[in-house]
Amino acid sequence: MARALINAPARARRGSVIEIKTLISHIMETGFRYTQTGQAVPRDIVTDFTATYNGEEVFRARLYPAIAANPFISFHTLATESGTIELKWTGDNGFSATEQVRITVE
Amino acid sequence: MLRTAQLIVAVSLAVALAASEEIPLSERHSSYQDMSAETRAMQDHDAENPGMLWVLDGEALWQTKAGKAAIACAGCHGDAETSMKGVAARYPAYDARRGTAIDLAGRINVCRTDHQQSPELARESRDLLALTALVARQSHGLPIDSDEARLRPFIDAGRAIFTARQGQLDLACAHCHDANRGKKLAGITLSQGHPTGYPLYRLEWQTLGSLQRRLRNCLIGMRAEPYAYGAPEYIALEAYLMWRARGMPLESPAVRP
Amino acid sequence: MSATDDGKKMTRREVLKITGALALGGTAAPAAVSPAAATPAEMQAAVASVVGDVKVTQGRVKLDIPPLVENGNTVPCTVTVESPMTAADHVRAIHVFAERNPQPYVISATLGPRTGRASISVRMRLRDSQTVLAIAQMSDGSFWSDRINVIVTTGACLEDVL
Ligand code: HEC
Ligand code: HEC
Repeated sequence: MARALINAPARARRGSVIEIKTLISHIMETGFRYTQTGQAVPRDIVTDFTATYNGEEVFRARLYPAIAANPFISFHTLATESGTIELKWTGDNGFSATEQVRITVE
Repeated sequence: MLRTAQLIVAVSLAVALAASEEIPLSERHSSYQDMSAETRAMQDHDAENPGMLWVLDGEALWQTKAGKAAIACAGCHGDAETSMKGVAARYPAYDARRGTAIDLAGRINVCRTDHQQSPELARESRDLLALTALVARQSHGLPIDSDEARLRPFIDAGRAIFTARQGQLDLACAHCHDANRGKKLAGITLSQGHPTGYPLYRLEWQTLGSLQRRLRNCLIGMRAEPYAYGAPEYIALEAYLMWRARGMPLESPAVRP
Repeated sequence: MSATDDGKKMTRREVLKITGALALGGTAAPAAVSPAAATPAEMQAAVASVVGDVKVTQGRVKLDIPPLVENGNTVPCTVTVESPMTAADHVRAIHVFAERNPQPYVISATLGPRTGRASISVRMRLRDSQTVLAIAQMSDGSFWSDRINVIVTTGACLEDVL
């Protein structure tokens, strides 16, 4: 599975806003490039990113070829309760990766 | 391909630039300092540094059994954090058994073939870059420690290449990185050309790459024929660049534009 | 002729050669065929696909991109929208467009009250110096925007030989 790096606080105060930063290994081949012999290089990108917090969706994004290789996405969420934040990336050629982080809310 | 001894003779005959243009030790600095605040932040925060993805890959490979010996790097070296601390800061190193200088990627491949009994990993392959990044990471912030005594012939050979004109533009490395360092030309600030960050994530490449890949880019810019990956000319240049940057802290995995 | 003389005398000519080497994209290999930029009509169509015929007002959105980009292949970009992010009043979506890329879309994000703060960061590719546009859709259906002219010093994406 593709390597991912997640940065999220392990603990947070109830009702505070936390930032979640994510990086994932992916070439993000645009589909707009040609080889020197003139052959089109097929598109191979991450198309969707979803964040769920104890099962409820809190953020979602659709990505296009203009997102740089090894996509970095940072977003915020409200620390509501202790539990699991799940991050999911899907894309061309059946690409799929999931990561989970645990958070304690006090 | 040239043998090391031939290489030394060949390059010392080449026209050299003035040694007086070498950068005074106190004026040396990493091109990190010339980067924008945004690119520096990308390097500084592990969670935002894409190079760390390769370090993570390296950690997984370190634990993976390989070859006929079916043994992992960790099987002999244990925890990389302790066993590999400071190692990258002294590469290229002199390999007494082979009687020549060897760079870090080359050293890892020796462990692959001799100790794991598995095929060499290709230069610039993801796995070799990942293992090199993992080992280099354990020297993050440590000063470069060039084994000057034993590497002298290689450092001299590297300096000779660095100061010799080559390629269709008839330029030497030293023209850009010694004589015109710090100058802004065609929108680019020419750096001093230090090897402190490698392997590193280059925004232009959108991937991690070795010092040899960087040097290859410079040679293409000079309209010179790049050497084959792993060639003695590259090892000599690496030995010279590390000596030239002696004492400067390692930054791998750095980020560069 | 001593090496020192050589070094001094050559300097001016060398500087020209170096400038040439760098201006030609010096350190990179020759470019593969480059795709055309999106047409103004394509850009308009992309924006219309998001806003329909609703009026877009300048304001409430802040687009942050370094004014001088070191490499168009990886450009840090942050969009922040003023909003209390409550159930009654929040940002529903943030869209980013680049008008001179082969395709104008960059990212479309869906937000809600659980997002807490309407601020996202990504790294994007810019083929060229150009205008980047961010549009936010609020929960009341209104659209707000910000735009920035970005200067890219090196061309993006297209210099690799495959
Ligand atoms: C069977 C044991 C064994 C395995 C497996 C092994 N090594 Fe080694 N490694 C050694 C020995 C022994 C040395 C000391 C030099 C020598 O004699 O080859 C060494 C030296 C090194 C060095 C240089 C250390 C220094 O201080 O200069 C590095 C780097 C290294 N190994 C990396 C690796 C990596 C990466 C792997 C996995 C791909 C690996 N090794 C697998 C035995 C092993
Ligand atoms: C035409 C000018 C030019 C010449 C000649 C040139 N380079 Fe470079 N070099 C650059 C540019 C431009 C960069 C990228 C920006 C920077 O670091 O200056 C670079 C980067 C480097 C870096 C990486 C610095 C870092 O911080 O990552 C090293 C090392 C280097 N060059 C070594 C060499 C060597 C060795 C040679 C000769 C084989 C050479 N260069 C020849 C222009 C040149």
